[in-house]
Amino acid sequence: MQTLMNVVVCAKQIPDPAAPGELDPNTKTLKREGKLILDDSDAYGVEMGLQLADKAGGGEVTLVSMAPNSEVSGLRTALAMGAAKAILVSDPALQGTDSLATAKVLAAAIKRAEPDLVLTATESTDGYTGLLPAQLAEILGWPSITFAKHIEVSDGTAKVQRQTEEGYDEVEAPLPAIVSVTAGVVEPRYPSFKGIMAAKNKPVDEVKVADLGLSEDEVGWKGARQEIVDVSPAEERQAGEIVEDEGDAHERVVQFLEQLKVI
Amino acid sequence: MAVSTTWVFAEASEGKVATITLELLTKARALGGTVEAFYGGGDADTIAEQLGKFGATKVYAADAGDALQGAPVAAAMAAQIEGGNKPDLIMFGQTYDGRDVAGRLSAKLDRPALTNGVDVSADDKVTVQNAIFGGNTLVQTAFDGDGPFLALFRPKSFAAEEGGGGAAEVVAVDVPDTGLSGQTKVLDRHVEETTGPKLDEAEVVVSGGRGLGSAEKYEMIEQLAKLLKGAPGASRAIVDAGWVPYAYQVGQTGKVVKPNVYIAAGISGATQHLVGMKGAKNIIAINKDKDAPIFSIADLGIVGDVHKVIPKLLEALQAKG
Ligand SMILES: Cc1cc2nc3c(=O)[nH]c(=O)nc-3n(C[C@H](O)[C@H](O)[C@H](O)COP(=O)(O)OP(=O)(O)OC[C@H]3O[C@@H](n4cnc5c(N)ncnc54)[C@H](O)[C@@H]3O)c2cc1C
Ligand SMILES: Nc1ncnc2c1ncn2[C@@H]1O[C@H](COP(=O)(O)O)[C@@H](O)[C@H]1O
Repeated sequence: MQTLMNVVVCAKQIPDPAAPGELDPNTKTLKREGKLILDDSDAYGVEMGLQLADKAGGGEVTLVSMAPNSEVSGLRTALAMGAAKAILVSDPALQGTDSLATAKVLAAAIKRAEPDLVLTATESTDGYTGLLPAQLAEILGWPSITFAKHIEVSDGTAKVQRQTEEGYDEVEAPLPAIVSVTAGVVEPRYPSFKGIMAAKNKPVDEVKVADLGLSEDEVGWKGARQEIVDVSPAEERQAGEIVEDEGDAHERVVQFLEQLKVI
Repeated sequence: MAVSTTWVFAEASEGKVATITLELLTKARALGGTVEAFYGGGDADTIAEQLGKFGATKVYAADAGDALQGAPVAAAMAAQIEGGNKPDLIMFGQTYDGRDVAGRLSAKLDRPALTNGVDVSADDKVTVQNAIFGGNTLVQTAFDGDGPFLALFRPKSFAAEEGGGGAAEVVAVDVPDTGLSGQTKVLDRHVEETTGPKLDEAEVVVSGGRGLGSAEKYEMIEQLAKLLKGAPGASRAIVDAGWVPYAYQVGQTGKVVKPNVYIAAGISGATQHLVGMKGAKNIIAINKDKDAPIFSIADLGIVGDVHKVIPKLLEALQAKG
């Protein structure tokens, strides 16, 4: 019997994190204009999804993303890695959408793909609320296992090593389930030239909020029910003494530690 | 509007309440009003005393059994709230289980949750402060409408201080049927052995980064930490590279530390690292690049090669005995 493993990977497209972040002076939210790229954190999910489908001996990875301005650059990167197709939710009504409303949007898009397993990162690089996986799971009515460092799937069950304060827990859940993947646990593959070429023709299904059966009141600014009331610079820590090592800088460190009575 | 009741999502391990929970209870007390804890682990009786000392008058105990806490605890909280037992504010740690419970509760109640908080005030409105761009910008966000408001706070945002109360009253509450959502099962727990003080509790933290050059060189960091009776830490770069376990990571996606002394060796000082350690009282940085961002926050910056400075430092410290 052939077991197919259809995995949805949530793929966030974000401004280049190397560029300094900026707040929009009017809305006081992060500026997200210009070209976006695949969030590095989600590259681990894509890799994990591809490996799981491979191991199951069949199935595919579908990407789900919500992004402004019909952005697909980040999706193309993940498609070039080997994902089969993508669902992109892009709609001006989504401006200002918070994490809960993002979860509603992504949940509706995920349902269209009818996956066995949904992978997310533990938190996005630009938003890092880290709530989305649990919100998504609650909306879909599915079990969720967060902070996975290893995933195995067999007989309709996901077995996961979940990071904890003390080490890790071995946790299992029936499929379909949501699993959030910690960074660094797999090595995301580099897209091959062939992969990059193939990605250009892979299907990206672009949908609007209304297509997902959601109302515009649930998303965007109206859906957020919170208000940024102030933005101010934090008190800066000042740079202190700088010592160029001429072979004896360790003595200054010893002195400093003595002053602090650490030694 | 001041808050009249605050709930704190309580976490504990092996009969000991987590530090983050004590921090949140202390802050909750300062907001005024009644402070209550909500607990999803087993054996609430053993922790009721500690919770009480830090200000909780009651602890609602919803035993999640061997399931992950997210679904069952969120369902138990929602059932209390829908039944009319409604706090104004629910505080969670930005932790593994805190995020699971808060995320699910937020979806269940269809309410937003504010994350990564470093402070909270309750005057006209409940306002949560968080820090962005590596902590150089503070943002105040107020909740609209009526509570309960859900907010998550980063560890070490508040100092934990006892309030001198007696043991919290344990109130067992039902966990409603969570259907598929609740069907997670913890089969086994693995505890990684550590010696010395815990990273987030140590008075001295010595962290190494990619500047060490190779995994073997991390031993210098461990030795230095040991000599200073501190804990070794790491940047994410070397955790991702597999040199040290994730538990060593300091920063946005790792531990928040606030030691008396933090030593950063071969760490550039990316914003995501800084948010985890810039609360240290004293910072020493060793980096061969004089323009490394870590120097902008270091009290003592050594521009030098870790392979030269640290061995000499170890020698000097050993000589002192
Ligand atoms: C979403 C997200 C979350 C993140 N979370 C974290 C986090 O929690 N913690 C974290 O640390 N990072 C985190 N990062 C990664 C962070 O952005 C940096 O990439 C990381 O901190 C860099 O680690 P590093 O300083 O060891 O390495 P590098 O940035 O490569 O710096 C190495 C430094 O070593 C110096 N050096 C080299 N050789 C020597 C020598 N012989 N002697 C002395 N100095 C030398 C170099 O000058 C350089 O400054 C996160 C990133 C993202 C996107
Ligand atoms: N707009 C989005 N599109 C696709 N995936 C997302 C989006 N926002 C969040 N996610 C996923 O949810 C994870 C957690 O996001 P966050 O709650 O923002 O920290 C991210 O790392 C992604 O995997």
